[in-house]
Amino acid sequence: MSADISLSCDGLSVGPSPHVHDQSLSTQAVMLYVLIALSPVITAAIWFFGAMAVSQLLLITATCMLCERLFTWMRGQPCPLSDGSAAVTGIILALSLPATTPVPVAIVASLTAIGLGKAVFGGLGMNLFNPAMVGRAFVTISFAAALGGTGYVDPQGVEIITQATPLSMSGAQLESYPSLLHLFVGEHNGSLGEVSVLAALVGGLFLCLKGVAAWEIPVTLLAAMALLTVIGQLLGAAIDPDMTVLALHLRIDQALCSGALVFGAFFIATDPVTSPISRRGRVVFALGLALLIWIIRTFSNYPEGFMFAILLMNSVVPLINRYTIPLPVGAQPQTKKEAAS
Amino acid sequence: MASTAPASSAPGHFLGGVHPPAHKALAAAFPIQALPHPKQLVVPIQQHIGAPATPCVEARAALSAGQRIAEAKGFISAHVHAPLAGTAQKPANVTIASGRHLPAIPITVAADNPGGEQSFQATLGGHWDLGAIAGLEPSAIAPQVAEAGVAGMGGAAFPTHVKLSAQEKAPIDTVLVNGCECEPYLTADDRVMIEAPQAVLAGALIAARALAAGRVVIAIEQDKTRAMASLKEAIAQAGQALPGVSVEIIGLTPHYPMGGERQTIRAALGRIIPEGGLPSAVGTMVINVGSCTAVAAAVLRGLPMTHRVVTVTGRGIAQPANLWVPIGTPIEHLIAHCGGLTPQAQRVISGGPMMGFALGNLSAPVTKGTSGITVLTDADLGDAPRTACIRCGRCGEVCPMRLVPSRLALASRHENWDLARSHHILHCMECGCCSYVCPASIPLVQWIRVGKACLPRD
Repeated sequence: MSADISLSCDGLSVGPSPHVHDQSLSTQAVMLYVLIALSPVITAAIWFFGAMAVSQLLLITATCMLCERLFTWMRGQPCPLSDGSAAVTGIILALSLPATTPVPVAIVASLTAIGLGKAVFGGLGMNLFNPAMVGRAFVTISFAAALGGTGYVDPQGVEIITQATPLSMSGAQLESYPSLLHLFVGEHNGSLGEVSVLAALVGGLFLCLKGVAAWEIPVTLLAAMALLTVIGQLLGAAIDPDMTVLALHLRIDQALCSGALVFGAFFIATDPVTSPISRRGRVVFALGLALLIWIIRTFSNYPEGFMFAILLMNSVVPLINRYTIPLPVGAQPQTKKEAAS
Repeated sequence: MASTAPASSAPGHFLGGVHPPAHKALAAAFPIQALPHPKQLVVPIQQHIGAPATPCVEARAALSAGQRIAEAKGFISAHVHAPLAGTAQKPANVTIASGRHLPAIPITVAADNPGGEQSFQATLGGHWDLGAIAGLEPSAIAPQVAEAGVAGMGGAAFPTHVKLSAQEKAPIDTVLVNGCECEPYLTADDRVMIEAPQAVLAGALIAARALAAGRVVIAIEQDKTRAMASLKEAIAQAGQALPGVSVEIIGLTPHYPMGGERQTIRAALGRIIPEGGLPSAVGTMVINVGSCTAVAAAVLRGLPMTHRVVTVTGRGIAQPANLWVPIGTPIEHLIAHCGGLTPQAQRVISGGPMMGFALGNLSAPVTKGTSGITVLTDADLGDAPRTACIRCGRCGEVCPMRLVPSRLALASRHENWDLARSHHILHCMECGCCSYVCPASIPLVQWIRVGKACLPRD
């Protein structure tokens, strides 16, 4: 039991019950599990993008930790670097950016993630939005050229980044869409962490099994996305015979294995701080997320919608929490009349 | 007659809960042993939930063992008796384990009291005439139990006669004997079931007789195999002692807080008590195994409640034991009898580590609700660093009442009573599972207790 609720009385230690505590899981251990779960994704990123991935991961993680130190110092707080949360934010941010991200852009993204995403809200556990996604969104809008679909392509780099990212293709190019195997293993262009569905699944399942990530979110999100893809196909056949909108013509497996969907479903949407508390709330959250991703992929100028979708859904989490307060054992659901009185 | 499989509607478990290390082996093997009499007893006049009793003896009066020394005041109250012969002193204030200051009657114990072993045999031992229960007048049972001052021995110390008074509005069909003892370390109930199974059975049948209940269910955690075997044998011997009443044993998953009555009822009978309701709302009366023996002694032997079994255990005590203790004995006397505290001893708790009270002063007396003394070391207490809430939701997952402890604690801290009410703060039974698992080591149940106490009543 922590020292601040115990005191000494005639040589005896006293404090309120419970007097024992489960030693097996601390905040630090939670973050450690996340880092372990991220390791397959990091390995895949390094495998496909080589030195570019290594330098980007190191740069952004170090910058995030430095920013955490700086901002907690500015606010006169103890610096909780040891809890590992800044490192987790840094790695997820690095994995959500393309290998071609210019160094200054990466630094701005880190600064925004920790500063605007976390510190201004009051630090660990207080942030409304996923910090990594705040940083990612800031640079996506500010440096559109570097981070748009074309920004991913670098003819001088390793082979994989000489191609366009799958989701930025047009519907007419559907013939040349990467094969399912390539999508699943990760041999196609994209952000560092999103290319390998396999690696994200391995890490994500570990997180769910350890009980660190809520399984309801990825399961609901992927199922809803599959359903929306079918609806999209029907819609596409009716309103888009010329195949101008790619998202309306993807098969289910192509839609699920493209973009940041699987990586985000397991590692970003499950961030406990920025997702609802109750099981019901999490399902609602994941359904909303799927709908927004589908809308952005289909009707906006952005090829992938995960980042904006998660930020929008983060903003309604307090509302979801408010309407999904779990009913205690034995309690009767409140009728509308009672609630009004 | 006896079966150990839960009925089909009974799940055998409940939602949520935790598995703290049980450490029952420290004391479980030691038979109940009589504590040598202390020189002085301090008997508080309120050891039960309800109105305090009123002292009814003068200072310096000579007391015989079992003489009433304080009268119950009102229906929900309990008489208090002198556990040993001696001389009453002027009433004084005493701080009991929970930290409450209460008037108490100190008693200087006479030298010629018979030994504790005799009182143990007289109360729990010997042969029990279970056949006599069928001849008892049901309406006369509750007054007899009230006369003996019996209060629940599971911890809350609710006056037992209140539960034994049949209510027309809420008929009872099942007497549920709670032998779960889910608090880690404690073994008092376990020992009572092993050593005095007939007394437990007698008390349960008397309760069924008083309430005209047709079914007695004894709920025991499955790992207490010796207790189960001994009760099974007692049931088999008894045969159909009380016609029309079936007796069965149900084995439940060992799990904290299985002994909480809402959890026991759910696991053993599959019944769910409505919010704010009592067990009687689902036709059930729950009674602790120790209380059963007290009821049996009161009704069949006319003995008042003056002693109880107390486990003294933990890695901070030299020789753990299960003791037969006169009520009012200072806790330091028990500790001295058990070889004293070890150098590693850090915290002395009245009760178990999940819901017990830490003692700042070892002269506090044993009361009717004291089930054990647990002495923890530094290593047991642990030292987990506090961090901010990461909203992992573990507290909600383990909450047996399905509350959201993190929100309740937040509401209590910020005195946001609307938030506290909307999240059903009064539903919390303070089992402490949330604080036990919190990765950030936030004192959740501690905050919720503060919130429950400060919540404005309207």
